[in-house]
Amino acid sequence: MTALQHVKLGTYYVVALPEADDFDFWRERARALVQCEVPPDRIAWVEPGGSGSLFSHGDRRLPVPPADAPPVRASKAFVSLAKSAICHSDPERFALLYRLLWRLQANPRLLEDGADTEVRRLDELARTVRRDIHKMRAFVRFRLVESEDEEAGEHYVAWFEPEHHILRTNAGFFVRRFANMKWSILTPKGSLHWDGNVLEEGPPAQRSDAPQGDPTEDLWRKYYASIFNPARLKIGAMLKEMPRKYWKNMPEAVLIPELVAGAQSRESQMVAAGALEFDERPETLEAIDKAIHACRKCPIGSLDNHAVMGEGPKDAALMIVGEQPGDQEDLAGRPFVGPAGQLLDWHLERAGIDRRSAYVTNAVKHFKFVQRGKRRLHQSPTAKEIDTCRWWVESERQIVQPRLILAMGASAARGMLGKTVSISKARGAPIPLEDGSELWVTAHPSYLLRLDGAAQEEQSRLFDADLAAVKARLAELAG
Amino acid sequence: MRTYKEQMGTQTTIEKLEILADAAKYDASCASSGTSKRNSTGGKGIGSTEGMGICHAYAPDGRCISLLKILLTNHCVFDCHYCVNRKSSNVRRARFTPQEVVDLTLSFYRRNYIEGLFLSSGIVKSSNHTMEQLVEVARMLREEHDFRGYIHLKTIPEADPELVHQAGLYADRVSINVELPTDAGLTRLAPDKNARQIEGAMGKLKSDIVEAKDNRKRFRHAPRFAPAGQSTQMIVGADAATDADIVGKASRLYDSFRLRRVYYSAFSPIPDASAVLPLKRPPLIREHRLYQSDWLMRFYGYQPSEVMQATEADGNLPLDIDPKLAWALKFRERFPVDVNRASKEQLLRVPGLGVRAVGRILASRRHRTMRLEDVAKLTVSIAKVRPFIVTADWRPVLLTDRADLRALLAPKQEQLELFAA
Ligand code: SF4
Repeated sequence: MTALQHVKLGTYYVVALPEADDFDFWRERARALVQCEVPPDRIAWVEPGGSGSLFSHGDRRLPVPPADAPPVRASKAFVSLAKSAICHSDPERFALLYRLLWRLQANPRLLEDGADTEVRRLDELARTVRRDIHKMRAFVRFRLVESEDEEAGEHYVAWFEPEHHILRTNAGFFVRRFANMKWSILTPKGSLHWDGNVLEEGPPAQRSDAPQGDPTEDLWRKYYASIFNPARLKIGAMLKEMPRKYWKNMPEAVLIPELVAGAQSRESQMVAAGALEFDERPETLEAIDKAIHACRKCPIGSLDNHAVMGEGPKDAALMIVGEQPGDQEDLAGRPFVGPAGQLLDWHLERAGIDRRSAYVTNAVKHFKFVQRGKRRLHQSPTAKEIDTCRWWVESERQIVQPRLILAMGASAARGMLGKTVSISKARGAPIPLEDGSELWVTAHPSYLLRLDGAAQEEQSRLFDADLAAVKARLAELAG
Repeated sequence: MRTYKEQMGTQTTIEKLEILADAAKYDASCASSGTSKRNSTGGKGIGSTEGMGICHAYAPDGRCISLLKILLTNHCVFDCHYCVNRKSSNVRRARFTPQEVVDLTLSFYRRNYIEGLFLSSGIVKSSNHTMEQLVEVARMLREEHDFRGYIHLKTIPEADPELVHQAGLYADRVSINVELPTDAGLTRLAPDKNARQIEGAMGKLKSDIVEAKDNRKRFRHAPRFAPAGQSTQMIVGADAATDADIVGKASRLYDSFRLRRVYYSAFSPIPDASAVLPLKRPPLIREHRLYQSDWLMRFYGYQPSEVMQATEADGNLPLDIDPKLAWALKFRERFPVDVNRASKEQLLRVPGLGVRAVGRILASRRHRTMRLEDVAKLTVSIAKVRPFIVTADWRPVLLTDRADLRALLAPKQEQLELFAA
């Protein structure tokens, strides 16, 4: 560079910067020019490759400040913003910085005035640069270069197109993060090479200098496609943070159009695959009765059967829940009319509970069976089937609002609790339910039917004890 | 037919990744900020954290991707109704070995795809077994590979506290999901979970974090424990909880457990959902309003009770306007606020003025008497702010009394968004 000369008043000066982001160089020159009292409109700042000087006839020899020139003042805030702003690609940035430095001499607290147009511009430049720096840290994608030479080890190379002159500023970040990796970042504005010990700057590069692919990108793309929730597409939010201009160097971005296009069908598939389209909860027992006959939410509904609705007073204090209708219930269309029902009636009578005062229903509304010749053999519903049908028992519960629910057997208990409990552990004590009612659990009468001898006697006794406890508790609740 | 074991064995990494990332997508958190600063110079491995997290990509759902967020396995012995991995669900299952997760994390990290790992898991065999596996992944990354990137472990509240403690020694952040805003919702939809156990585990983590901080003040080499703190998530819209319930719950959690963040995840239809769930997903805008209210409490000095004051008769925040505006419309007597004189606290209450704008106003007004155009330069939308402020040249003409003020200020675009949701 030209050596500094003495002040020439009334002259225009041209300052050519050696690098587009050379803050120190700018600061040296700016300080001297302020000390020589050269007003902003007398200086043309030219960056490398930049021609646009209106003052091509200007003087490249800069004035030398007098020895007793007062020091130049710049606030900390200014220096830190200027360091960022100088990386911006706006050719006007050096002049803007100089104008602000010039004004700072008269008003050292100028930067506080956020409503000042030039202060705002500085702020904006700095912010844009910081964003570009951040996006580079985020969107650089390294590719592993397979080397013939074993000694050389793994080498990771990235191609990136920064908008501003941020490569050098950002080098430290990559060095700190990938300190023990060999890597290069190639950009149209220059390149960086780190060998694990030393950082070297290289000339501008072209996209074709960078490797074309990396097998890991398939995994990454799969991850990208799987991690988003198609039920909540928000394309605007995505574009705001990841504008299209970055897409071309990000391997996952090629997927975006098809992911967006496919999201709607993926969402409906998700819904179809599971989330069952129940309508609003029915408000009357009649509506439930009608609806369960049409229900095909689980495979049981598609067997050759009818649905069986619960029966009893709409305001019963006691609700008795069984597993599912059996062969006879299915034919009769009423709950608990078969052998198990008769056994239940017998025990209820012994306990002094009037069945007609209770609302009697099932956890599952359709009869699940396998055909064996002419016979339809009972089959237990799966947990998923019970959970699906839970919608209907819960609807019944909401209407009847019993104070006490007696669930008979594990399926019925699951229908009430949503989880499987062991009957032997759960029986004999109330389980509070969230609506304030309480649940009592006992065995299913059909279980008693399958036993004989001592075992049957023992289980009958337990069943009676449970019913007696329920009876006593009902009286207490009514009291 | 092949046995189950054989089928599992033949799954490739890419197939497992598809299943186990898909299963992790309902977790809202992907943050990687706020941990201690470190880098890989002087070490053997890779990785750095510099305070601010980095979003390496954005998904079409608008969410940031900063971590490799996956489950170790989506097998689960629990049967939570809102959860896609529930025992009774028919989804495809897969299981990673700890080694596979370590390899994936490192190879993604080396290519600068991610800031680190967010690992959670369905519960296999037992809570302790699962927790051991999660800890093992973190241990391998830290000890065998000297990995210095970010690790977030979702811990299992039912596991042995000692195992949960180990998680905190390797991870930057630990989280335990409260799952649902009310105990009733939890009982109904997550019958295997227990609110007291969840909060007990959070309390234990809190005291571990406080103790480790304390120790580090006294001994420089005391081990770090979850330097990015703990967070939690609740599902919104799966049960009947109102926004007032949710805000109340969140603020209690912040207070009792000093959480860094509470994340909200709008319940969304999941494959194989149970019939106990509502059929419609709540509008996404509801989730957004909750985050805004969270923001008001964390950065604007609003008390939880004040956010609750902004809710409507049904206990929910309005969807058409943001909670700050909703509050201001209910307390019109507090406005207009004089931009040239008002305190910072008063300015922060003005709808349309963010923390940044308030800071700039406070600085600028030392240099000039603020006029409307000056304020306009410092804010995003002066139209939204104008009815609530007084400047040297502007005084709203009883605008704050206009009955149609809400309609005037409700952003058109958000209504569209509502419609789209
Ligand atoms: S058993 Fe229940 S869920 Fe299944 S089809 Fe019948 S009514 Fe529907």
